Amino acid sequence: MKFTIPIGPQHPALKEPISLRMTVDGEFIRDADIRLGYNHRGLEKLAEEKTWIQNIYLTERICGICSHSHSTCYVQGVEKLMEITPPKRGNYIRYLVSELERIHSHLLWLGVAGHEAGFDSFFMYTWRDREVVMDILEMISGNRVHYAINTLGGVRRNLDEMQVKKSLEGMEILKKRSEYYFKIGVNEPTFVARLAGVGYLSKQQAIDLCAVGPTARASDIPRDVRRDDPHAVYDEVPFDVCTADTCDVLGRVVVRVKELMESYKICDFLLRNLPAGDIAVKAPRKAKPNEFLSRYEAPRGENTHYIKSNGSDKPERLKVRAPTLANYAATVEMLKNGFIADIPLIFAAIDPCICCAERTVELINGRTGAEKIVRFSELRKLAEDRFKKLPPKRNAVWPL
Amino acid sequence: MAVVKTLLYLLVYPGIIFLFVYSTFCEWFDRKVYARLQNRMGPTHTGRWGILQPVADFFKLMSKEDVVPDQADKRLFNLLPIVGLAIVGTSGLLLPVWHFNLAQSGFNSFSGDIIVILYLLSLPTLIFFLAGWSSTNYFSTIGGTRVLTMFFGYEVPLFMAVLSPAILANSWRLAEIAAFYQKKPWFILPNLLGFVIALICVQAKLERTPFDIPHAETEIVGGTFTEYSGKKLAFFRLMTDIELVVSSGLVAAVFLGGFPGGLWLGLLNFVVKTLFVIFLLSLLRAMTSRIRVDQVVSFAWKYLAPLAVLQLLIVILIKGLLL
Repeated sequence: MKFTIPIGPQHPALKEPISLRMTVDGEFIRDADIRLGYNHRGLEKLAEEKTWIQNIYLTERICGICSHSHSTCYVQGVEKLMEITPPKRGNYIRYLVSELERIHSHLLWLGVAGHEAGFDSFFMYTWRDREVVMDILEMISGNRVHYAINTLGGVRRNLDEMQVKKSLEGMEILKKRSEYYFKIGVNEPTFVARLAGVGYLSKQQAIDLCAVGPTARASDIPRDVRRDDPHAVYDEVPFDVCTADTCDVLGRVVVRVKELMESYKICDFLLRNLPAGDIAVKAPRKAKPNEFLSRYEAPRGENTHYIKSNGSDKPERLKVRAPTLANYAATVEMLKNGFIADIPLIFAAIDPCICCAERTVELINGRTGAEKIVRFSELRKLAEDRFKKLPPKRNAVWPL
Repeated sequence: MAVVKTLLYLLVYPGIIFLFVYSTFCEWFDRKVYARLQNRMGPTHTGRWGILQPVADFFKLMSKEDVVPDQADKRLFNLLPIVGLAIVGTSGLLLPVWHFNLAQSGFNSFSGDIIVILYLLSLPTLIFFLAGWSSTNYFSTIGGTRVLTMFFGYEVPLFMAVLSPAILANSWRLAEIAAFYQKKPWFILPNLLGFVIALICVQAKLERTPFDIPHAETEIVGGTFTEYSGKKLAFFRLMTDIELVVSSGLVAAVFLGGFPGGLWLGLLNFVVKTLFVIFLLSLLRAMTSRIRVDQVVSFAWKYLAPLAVLQLLIVILIKGLLL
């Protein structure tokens, strides 16, 4: 008996709204369909109405987990448009926060993977250790989620001796814990039984479907912006691109744990070789008419921001391509011919950050099934019209 | 006097009041152990060390709105929680917790009661399946079929593992089996393999990690219980708790020498031994991740069933050579 089960938009496995429609035959998945557009916020349009400086804090709010990735990607591009280079110390601190963010994101993901596989102990342990890196980030930037440490031409806060020392101590603890997780991840029989061979994506498929980040690297494609396009500090720092050749969810776990170890190494290097000097240069208020495509290796894969300036103090266009969006095509392929039990694991394995990837809204007429892609302005007009047509509510009671 | 004793037996110990109090305590114990193994605190707020938390949960659920889906078979949907609770409550009566007269059999201890208790413990599986099927939700339906699929895996090894000590004791009566192992404690050792198999199968029967497949939250939301709410869900939860107590009591009675020592010492024995079994079950729950339903069946038939047969062989050999 074939039927379609709705995973989402509201489902315990999903932390953000997205709709996966699974056509299943008993326990087997026969077809998968992804529907987006539940979380569209119109950020790109909003960016055109704000100044270069204000947009740093706007882009940071694209994502709650890789907030620094988006703001760094944006700032990198704007600095190129304004033709300024941040001082070396500023760069070191900026990419130190980048790597710390990668650590916190990967630890978070490990926990989520454990939870999706029903391994709640793993989830509790990794999230407890994630607090170590969260505390370091709070100590460095003053915030736990939106670090707000980037500014045009450098960073906003300096590091002192005590902070460097404490960060190094934290790295030592995390290194030990990650080795332990690596051991559990590849040795616990029930966990491995759930992950091995699940969500197969061959090397050729990964290339054809433009997979990015750990999803691509687990299919043995050494694709990493930090290595392919060495910018800022990445040409000075020694690190390896981690790959796995198993092409499954287990490979994605292994890649992420290995990347954790690389990130500790990078953080260690950046902290020990922190150059003296200024942390920021003064940035001009306006940028000359030009365009730039900024690339950045976010924890989830390659993040790109296309920025176009027209000589004013505001961008003419900001286009964000979040890594999750690039992985959706591969996800549909991975989901096909799996088990129902594998849905949350395969979907979680791309580390989806759904609201980052929402760009348009598709409206579907409930009666006719007709589909129509609308722009944010139309959507807003639609909402306002509907509100105007509603009969006025008298004596409305709004319970608390 | 006999009537009073029977009423006491049905209502107080080990009847419904004791089962309610003790099963909520066991749930608290399980949650606390599970939480401490995961570096959490577990329940802390209600009562001392959060000991009243399961009771509070139960009464909170009782007061919640009770929704019955339009499409569901209403009579079946409403009846199942009560029938399920009655079944596990009845199975609790068969535990050999009192000092039974071995020569004389009664309604709660007779030759063959081990089969009856196993049978009564199998029925909740059917109840869960019907609960999932009658709610007509896709997630419940998948949960219901998963319940049955798993059932075909673990039930045979469980029966073989639990019955092998009975074969060694040469009795189908729980009180006599317990008395045999109290007299000859060394014979507990050959049953160790069966004890491990029974623990794993009980874990599967209770649908706890790694076998929480029928209500795997991240896959099929609430599974069998997706549509259940309020009083009915409270009954189902109480039912699972009592099932935990009864099945751990059964394992303790068969493998750990029962509960000797009359009313008070016997009660102490019961509490200590069942908590030990529940501790082992919690340990298993904390250490593993959920497996797939096809893996349960293949694991049960590839490893558990052959090992259970091996256990039977060991028992038969010992019985032939030493007894």
